[in-house]
Amino acid sequence: MKRKMSPMSKLYVALIFLFLYAPIIVMIVFSFNDSASTSVMRGVSLRWYKSLLNDSATIQSLYNTLILAVTSSLSATVMGTAAAVGINSFRKKWVRKTTMSVTNIPMMNPEIVTGISMMLLFVSVAKLVGVTDALGFWTMLIAHITFNLPYVILSVLPKLRQMDPHLPEAAMDLGCTPLQAFFKVTIPSISTGIVSGMMMSFTLSLDDFVISYFTQGPTFETLPIRIFSMTKKRVTPDMYALSTLIFVAILFLLILLNVSQVRGEKRLKNKLDKGAKQ
Amino acid sequence: MKKISKQFVASPYLVWAIVFIVVPLFFVLYYSVTDANGNFTFEHILDIVKYKDIMLNSIWLGFIATVISLVISYPLAYIMARSSANVQRTMMILVMLPMWMNLLIRTYSLMILLQDTGIINSVLSFLKLPNVHMINTQGAVVLGMVYNYIPYMLLPLYSIMAKIDHGLIEAAEDLGANKLKVISKVIFPLSLPGIASGFTMVFVPSVSTFYISKKLGGNAFSLIGDVIEMQFKASNNYNLGSALSLVLMFMIIICMAVMNRFTGDDDDGGVLI
Repeated sequence: MKRKMSPMSKLYVALIFLFLYAPIIVMIVFSFNDSASTSVMRGVSLRWYKSLLNDSATIQSLYNTLILAVTSSLSATVMGTAAAVGINSFRKKWVRKTTMSVTNIPMMNPEIVTGISMMLLFVSVAKLVGVTDALGFWTMLIAHITFNLPYVILSVLPKLRQMDPHLPEAAMDLGCTPLQAFFKVTIPSISTGIVSGMMMSFTLSLDDFVISYFTQGPTFETLPIRIFSMTKKRVTPDMYALSTLIFVAILFLLILLNVSQVRGEKRLKNKLDKGAKQ
Repeated sequence: MKKISKQFVASPYLVWAIVFIVVPLFFVLYYSVTDANGNFTFEHILDIVKYKDIMLNSIWLGFIATVISLVISYPLAYIMARSSANVQRTMMILVMLPMWMNLLIRTYSLMILLQDTGIINSVLSFLKLPNVHMINTQGAVVLGMVYNYIPYMLLPLYSIMAKIDHGLIEAAEDLGANKLKVISKVIFPLSLPGIASGFTMVFVPSVSTFYISKKLGGNAFSLIGDVIEMQFKASNNYNLGSALSLVLMFMIIICMAVMNRFTGDDDDGGVLI
């Protein structure tokens, strides 16, 4: 039984959303400011958007971020899915428990600790081998894969447990090799878990600042790192312009995702209604 | 035979986890008990006492931010869970949207609002009210933590409340419980796991933050995260930084252990170390 919201609740919800959105609205408004001030509006213009487009370092960092997010989420998805399949078939309870405890570490540990621990590993190994500029794309990729893996494993494992274990066996009885059974039966039935793990990895990787900050090198700059170095100095509104663009892109994506979800649900409902009538 | 080959698929991950999760933690341990030349010393571990106040202050501010987030989110999660499907969906988008913006951007835009010459003070001046000094105070840092991490409290609370069987609430009402009783005896106990997971999800990043305190706290004071960051990025004292990180890690483990008591032990959940 769902009730209508009372006026008190409506006011409460409105106040919280005002709190959540006030800074974002201010940022969007000031991205169109004609002066360099971040507190006084002097006419509307697109000059900060233009200056952003001419800022090749920022464009390059956006490109770097996307490359890192795609490569790290794909690698984590493949390795994590395989790991989940393996972990699910572990017989000994203590082996499974220990593995899951280790898997939980990057999720539970403060990001700063994960970041510095990996930085220490990279720096020490580089010192041993005699390399001076070890930190860069590869160290960041390793770090991103590492913090993405638990999310993939934890979204695939429940799907594996829900799956009927006799299904792949049936496939093999009907003549599939174990590998065929895995790709034709197991993968399709856990695909929602794989996809959601991959999506989560992708967004985490896009958004990560702290771990990247400690494992980055001067040769490879991602967008969050770029924003960090921009906010160190006095900021001009081109950063607002950048943030506004990101905001609009995310809003667009979320709406698109939801519309397709609602459509899918409606289609399913229609199908069920038809089925009931027959 | 088949079972063994299936278990074998996990081995690349197991190797990866040992090399990139477990070994780095031993490096933290190693650095915290050695000096710059690699000689064994307890000097840095003992140095931690000097940072006692900063550490306690970080825990305190993180704790306040977490409690405020909980108090604000709880009614909202309840309202959300009981509204119609369309309203729920829209509210979810509205909650998640700021979460998908980068932490740096969110904190920075909050900073412009709070500045002495910022929007809030401009509005106050316009209304002929006295200005309020907000930036570079502990309050501003707590506000920043709440603002950045409140979705992590709201989402677990909402998902657990959406699952509460409404029949239970009706049954309690039929049996004569008033509104307060229903909340304290039915809804609250059932939502405890959500509170526990929201609590850790807000507390851990709040205690260990360094960007929020840097931007909203200015140079007035620093948190444990700031000190650690400085050791690694400015003063290059990896050993002290590691010792401090070790303490931070242990603090969090203790908090988790306390929280795990509420959530109960899930078979495959595993525990931290």
